[in-house]
Amino acid sequence: MAVIDKTTRRHRWDTRFAPYGYVAPYFLIFGVFGLFPLLYTVWVSLQQRNLIDADAARFVWFANYAQLLADPYFWNAMGNTLSLWLLTTVPQILLALWIAQLLNRKVRTRTLFRMGVILPNITSVAAVTIIFAQLFGRDFGLINWSLGLFGAGQIDWQAGTASSHIAIAVMVVWRWSGYHALIFLASMQAIPSSLYEAATLDGANGRQQFWRITVPLLRPQIIFSTIIATTGNMRLLAEPLLFNPGAAAATGGSDRQFQTAALYLYEQGFTKYEFGYSSAIAVVLAIATVIVAGLGYFVTKRIRTE
Amino acid sequence: MRPKALALGCAALAAAVVLSGCGSGTASGGKTKLTIGLFGNFGYAELFKEYMAAHPDVEISDRTASYSDHHKNLAAHLATSSGNADIEAVDTGYINQFKATPDKFVDFNTKGGEQLKDRWLPWKWEGSLSKDGKQIGYGTDVGGLAICYRRDLLQNAGLPADRDQVAALWPTWKDFMAAGKKFQEKAPEGVKWFDGGPSVLNAIVGQTPVGYYDKSDKIIVGENKDIKDGWDLVVDGVNSGLSSKLLYSTPVWNTGFKQGQFATVTCPAWQMAKIKDQAGPEAAGKWDVTSVPGGGGNWGGSYLTVPKSGKNIDKAVELAAWLTAPEQQAKVFKSAGLLPSTPKLYEDPAIVDYKNPYFNDAPIGKLFTDAAKKLNPQYQGPKAGDIQTAIGSAMQRVEQGKQNGEESWNQFVADVQK
Repeated sequence: MAVIDKTTRRHRWDTRFAPYGYVAPYFLIFGVFGLFPLLYTVWVSLQQRNLIDADAARFVWFANYAQLLADPYFWNAMGNTLSLWLLTTVPQILLALWIAQLLNRKVRTRTLFRMGVILPNITSVAAVTIIFAQLFGRDFGLINWSLGLFGAGQIDWQAGTASSHIAIAVMVVWRWSGYHALIFLASMQAIPSSLYEAATLDGANGRQQFWRITVPLLRPQIIFSTIIATTGNMRLLAEPLLFNPGAAAATGGSDRQFQTAALYLYEQGFTKYEFGYSSAIAVVLAIATVIVAGLGYFVTKRIRTE
Repeated sequence: MRPKALALGCAALAAAVVLSGCGSGTASGGKTKLTIGLFGNFGYAELFKEYMAAHPDVEISDRTASYSDHHKNLAAHLATSSGNADIEAVDTGYINQFKATPDKFVDFNTKGGEQLKDRWLPWKWEGSLSKDGKQIGYGTDVGGLAICYRRDLLQNAGLPADRDQVAALWPTWKDFMAAGKKFQEKAPEGVKWFDGGPSVLNAIVGQTPVGYYDKSDKIIVGENKDIKDGWDLVVDGVNSGLSSKLLYSTPVWNTGFKQGQFATVTCPAWQMAKIKDQAGPEAAGKWDVTSVPGGGGNWGGSYLTVPKSGKNIDKAVELAAWLTAPEQQAKVFKSAGLLPSTPKLYEDPAIVDYKNPYFNDAPIGKLFTDAAKKLNPQYQGPKAGDIQTAIGSAMQRVEQGKQNGEESWNQFVADVQK
């Protein structure tokens, strides 16, 4: 009897605790690579700490945050971040919807097209930025050359605030629209065709069908894409950094006209060695990202059928 | 161990090696693998081969990044004490920042550095000496200062092309700008007198007796009249349309050499290798070198350091000492044009009589050693490199028409004093 008792007990233990064992790897990895760095950043942000001289660090509690909130260059960077978020996220989602709609038709070699739209996304961001920086070159850039054909003057894309934001947004939109288009396409194909047939019988044209049937039914995917795009676009670093090569790369232009918050963090941390201050920027940026993503969620949630 | 366990152990070990990143260690076959982190062109490729031939137990591999990436990576690697190369090059603009934490580096004075001291110019040796007397770097080159110019462009604009006559055009920077205005009247469209305000300004700053800092490490650039005068002069040049408005060491600036967008560029010795690389063989003989307005001066120059986190410290120190020895510096001068920091060579006929064929057989040996002898070293404060970057951005604001000279200067001074 005792033997059976032992096995049943072991079985009960097994069913009770084994599931935790199965999910443990995820939490372990999340703890090491996600939670710990996050908490460590908060801890560092409470210190006055030099990047390469950790021994001399001392606690200053919230002094970094107080300094940050009064720092005009930080607010400039936050403004640029929000501007770039708007200029990248909205066109990205709209363009992705349009591309998905195009790909949802019966065209020849459509698998080729569908694979094709993801290509920009798997290209290295550094390579993309370097190429685009050349396209947007002042003297010999292809874009200025094309504009010149229409009689427009030479635009110094890096110099202006609006022009530099547009150039950077183009890179991001080009890189990510295909990715979101594929997500939209997958769920478009799950929409029953009977809905469209009924609408056609009722006399709805293609445009009406798109806005009244397709978009509302894609709502969960649009919410997902908006949040993913927001978290990505709120911490743009490589694009503004590589758009302005040279010793001053981290300032994002001569007058910080396209320095994002992530880039300001990078400048403070890795050129000024202000590790504590830089961590405080990271914390504030993370909070701002949550707020903006929440905003995006509430806006996209309002999409509904009439 | 059973074979399976052994394989597993090896796999774990391999994973650990991968995770530890680009750490250096013992290579296969019992060779010591030394890595060296560089930026730009140090002209070391041939020297590595020579050293490896003489030391069969050593294998050298170099990794080269851009100027700013290199120094940022070095800081990040020092912060975590991992990922550093065995030898890391550091530029003059950054050496003060790093020597503020000398314990991150091997003190060469404990490895026989004190005996080698007389190799270098005294100010070069002191440049990498920490406040408590630790020597963190062996000097490689010094920048010196000259002007490189396009003979054909000057000639076409009715200016002389001969280097002595060109030098006579500009005893001072004021004369340099005046000559530029004459040039600009007859210059073809798209061709400007100089590459960009920031590089001209760097040359002027490199000549002033006091730079961005005083000797107590206080930032005094706001009150430094020499620098402000230089600033005003360059701003005037920019406003007179003499600048191509290209920032040095950027891709568009490289293109500028290819396209012949400017007639002159300030030329520390290390610049010549860049010009040759960028302008390419088709521009051979078009470029020439002459003396800089205002006499000598210095811009740049580097050091080799050995981070303490390395695994092969002794061999790395040995290699760093060898690479910076006068014999090797002489070779680098001939192959890459980098000006030696060892004064013994300034009297060496092999150096003094050296002419560079790419630059129309300019007697760069004499030109640069003369300049180096005249050089009055300027004290560099802790963040001189950052301030140099900031003043470059400030000049760019003027070039891009975002601010006028006064506004931009005031913003620059406020920025660096924060």
